[in-house]
Amino acid sequence: MRTNNLSVIGALALLLVAGTAVANEGHSDWQRQAGNEVANLPSLQRGARNFMAYCSGCHSLKYMRYSRLGSDLKISDAALAQFLVRPGDKPTDYIKASMPASDAQDWFGKPPPDLSLVARSRGTDWVFNFLTTFYADPASRQTGVNNLQLPGTAMPHILSSVQGVQHAVWKDVESKGEDGKPVTTKVFEKFEPGVAGSMTPAQYDEFARDIVNFLQYVGDPAQLERQGLGVWVVLFLLMFTGIAWMLKKEYWKDVR
Amino acid sequence: MGAVVESKGGAFRTWLNKRLPVDQFMADQLTGYYAPKNFNIWYFFGSLALLVFVMQIVTGIFITMHYKPGELTAFNSVEYIMREVPYGWLLRYLHSTGASAFFIVVYLHMTRALLYGSYKAPRELLWVIGMLIYFALMAEAFMGYVLPWGNMSFWGAQVIINIFNTIPGIGPDLVEWIRGDYAVADSTLNRFFSLHVIAMPFLLALLIMLHLVALRQVGSSNPDGIEIKEKLGPDGKPLDGIPFHPYYTLKDIVGVGVFLTLFAVVVFFAPTFGGLFLEHPNFEPANPMSTPDHIAPTWYFTPYYAILRAIPDQRLGALAFALSVLAFVFLPWLDRAKNKSIRYRGFASKLLLGMFFVVFLTLMWLGLQPAEPAYVLLARICIPLYFAFFILLPFVSKADGNGPVPDRVTYHAH
Amino acid sequence: MSDHAADDTVPEVDESRRKFLVAATAGTGAIGAVLTAVPFLASWSPSESARAAGLPTEVDLSKIEPGQMATFFWRKQPIYVVRRTPEMVASLKSHNDSLKDPGSQASDQPAYAKNEDRSLKPDVLVLIGTCTHLGCLPKTRFSPNDATVMANWPGGFFCPCHGSKFDLAGRVFNGSPASVNLRVPPYSFKGDNTLVIGQDAAVEKGAA
Repeated sequence: MRTNNLSVIGALALLLVAGTAVANEGHSDWQRQAGNEVANLPSLQRGARNFMAYCSGCHSLKYMRYSRLGSDLKISDAALAQFLVRPGDKPTDYIKASMPASDAQDWFGKPPPDLSLVARSRGTDWVFNFLTTFYADPASRQTGVNNLQLPGTAMPHILSSVQGVQHAVWKDVESKGEDGKPVTTKVFEKFEPGVAGSMTPAQYDEFARDIVNFLQYVGDPAQLERQGLGVWVVLFLLMFTGIAWMLKKEYWKDVR
Repeated sequence: MGAVVESKGGAFRTWLNKRLPVDQFMADQLTGYYAPKNFNIWYFFGSLALLVFVMQIVTGIFITMHYKPGELTAFNSVEYIMREVPYGWLLRYLHSTGASAFFIVVYLHMTRALLYGSYKAPRELLWVIGMLIYFALMAEAFMGYVLPWGNMSFWGAQVIINIFNTIPGIGPDLVEWIRGDYAVADSTLNRFFSLHVIAMPFLLALLIMLHLVALRQVGSSNPDGIEIKEKLGPDGKPLDGIPFHPYYTLKDIVGVGVFLTLFAVVVFFAPTFGGLFLEHPNFEPANPMSTPDHIAPTWYFTPYYAILRAIPDQRLGALAFALSVLAFVFLPWLDRAKNKSIRYRGFASKLLLGMFFVVFLTLMWLGLQPAEPAYVLLARICIPLYFAFFILLPFVSKADGNGPVPDRVTYHAH
Repeated sequence: MSDHAADDTVPEVDESRRKFLVAATAGTGAIGAVLTAVPFLASWSPSESARAAGLPTEVDLSKIEPGQMATFFWRKQPIYVVRRTPEMVASLKSHNDSLKDPGSQASDQPAYAKNEDRSLKPDVLVLIGTCTHLGCLPKTRFSPNDATVMANWPGGFFCPCHGSKFDLAGRVFNGSPASVNLRVPPYSFKGDNTLVIGQDAAVEKGAA
């Protein structure tokens, strides 16, 4: 009877919630949330400019046109041409990387990936952590840096001029191995300032957040329009359902 | 069939009815078809399933206008739809959300059947046709997911097609024949495109039509599981029946309204649904050299996937996987109670069915988790419980499904 | 227990309320259906890619010899660009009675091409190279007095499909199956030597 129905519905609701939670995997201590807001237009504009200035040398946004950035982010044609469009490109061109792929292959061992969809495939938190957890590691890395989010990354710390290069402090943690014998593993404890960059850590976080915000927009440009339209659609459907319900109630008075 | 209907009004209407039985059809199927008056919330999902089917066809037709099958073009064409086709993003999200919505609705529709014994005589064939629809739907959804040619499309296809390897004797050749190549490749993508766009929709439409005809033949059951045709009034109509039109047409419209509202909330505000409806790895192009960190099929397949994965032997796992899906077909014959509805069965039946629901949902959740020991262990506990439902049903149903049932349906005005 | 017995106090059916609610539901539903159709129909409009590809095309006029024609594409249509000699321009005056529409009243051209030589500057003719009969590409027959085309041929275009004839301003001759002069696309000049097909001369921004 009623209890049967409710318990099943309740179980289903729990599943849906659990499922959504599932998608957000367990976090290590150092992993932070990006905290960006795609509705923040000035942040998106700064992110666009910073991306073109620091990242587009190697990373393309091959599904994105400059002109689309201009109209979505309300950037004038003049500003677009001055700050964003690569010399030689038309505003309607897709955003390509400056470095030829073959050179990148030679220098880094693999071509720098296109970033149009990175915010969708890896998530904004991942990208934010990738940008903020570079640390000095001259001992084991040819680039001199390593990264907590993507250990062994082939990417050098392009943003070191801005963030500086921090040191990672590790602590020894004792645990039991599979065979029962004690095992010592190095676990990340915290960052310590190393070489300073032009920004404070708080400023750099904002800087990185803007880029992440921009990449989230690039991943799904229609999202800016989608949510606005959605409000009207849902309101209309609620109204329709209400009217239909009144009609149903009226006729069902007949049924006894 | 109902009484012959006189065509009323209009010369065109008379002309039409001489050539197509329009009025007769309306009279037989709508105003002349009496359905039980005590349908509850569980009875919305059949009409909603039909709605979602139509929505998938329409949105599918429109995105096929822009999609380009082929390993070099598919992924890019989906991004083209999302970014460059006017409202392409909306068409795509409607279709991807619609796929998950289809399964939500169908699972709830099947739950109704389990709760109220809708599969029992004389509705066994109705149930079997419904199961065929379910199988066809799973094939359709699986192939549809391959089409964007993302990394999960590719690896999901690899893993699932490889299951057929376990069939004794013909396995490896069969797998190569399905793929059309030595690994999932362009040929696989293109044939799945054809099947997904044309063949399976035709098959689904045929099966759905048969399902509706079979339903019309025996009439709907109801939450009390008693046959309303056994109590007819002086007019020859079931005492506990009401004409489908206007009562259930109007009620179903409300159901449609509620459904579309929830559907719109998802489409416009959470189309990926946290990675459940559109999985994160699928936003990277297919890469035969890089498997996603953890491969999971979309949520609607995960109960069976959890069973497949938890069994350490490949052949046995595949067999269990197949049986766990097929077992449903036999329910009409496994259930030996006199009474249809769970309302008139004993505590043991309620416990057994409740256990099955919990186990099914648990397996669904487990299939989404990484293959870590704790989850595998829990799955291995759930698997015997899952099959226990089907094995114990003949005995439990025979024992406590025979009590008295009311004369007339229980109805509260609403 | 549930309520089955038809009781004697059956309320009257309020027909007008029912009619109103049916109309309200049907009306809202119809509006919803029309609004839903909008994105589907809109998805047929040219996509970003089509519109980007349809942007104005720039042509270097110095590469075309006087008296010669070159063909370019704009919005997937063939565009004929002819550098007319003074003799070719002069020939336009001689045969108005043989033309169906010498004043270009019925044909499709920008305001600045609704003159005798159908151009911004007489020495550059820009036409859409699609016969206004059924769409073939007209061939050039620039030499005057070419008797194979017709008597007193001033020079112009001849369509091989069904024999339509046009003069050196694209105006259609009597006796042709085509009834309308060849179309002129929007265009403008950038400096002395650059023709921009697709960018209207009268407007600042492009015609895209």
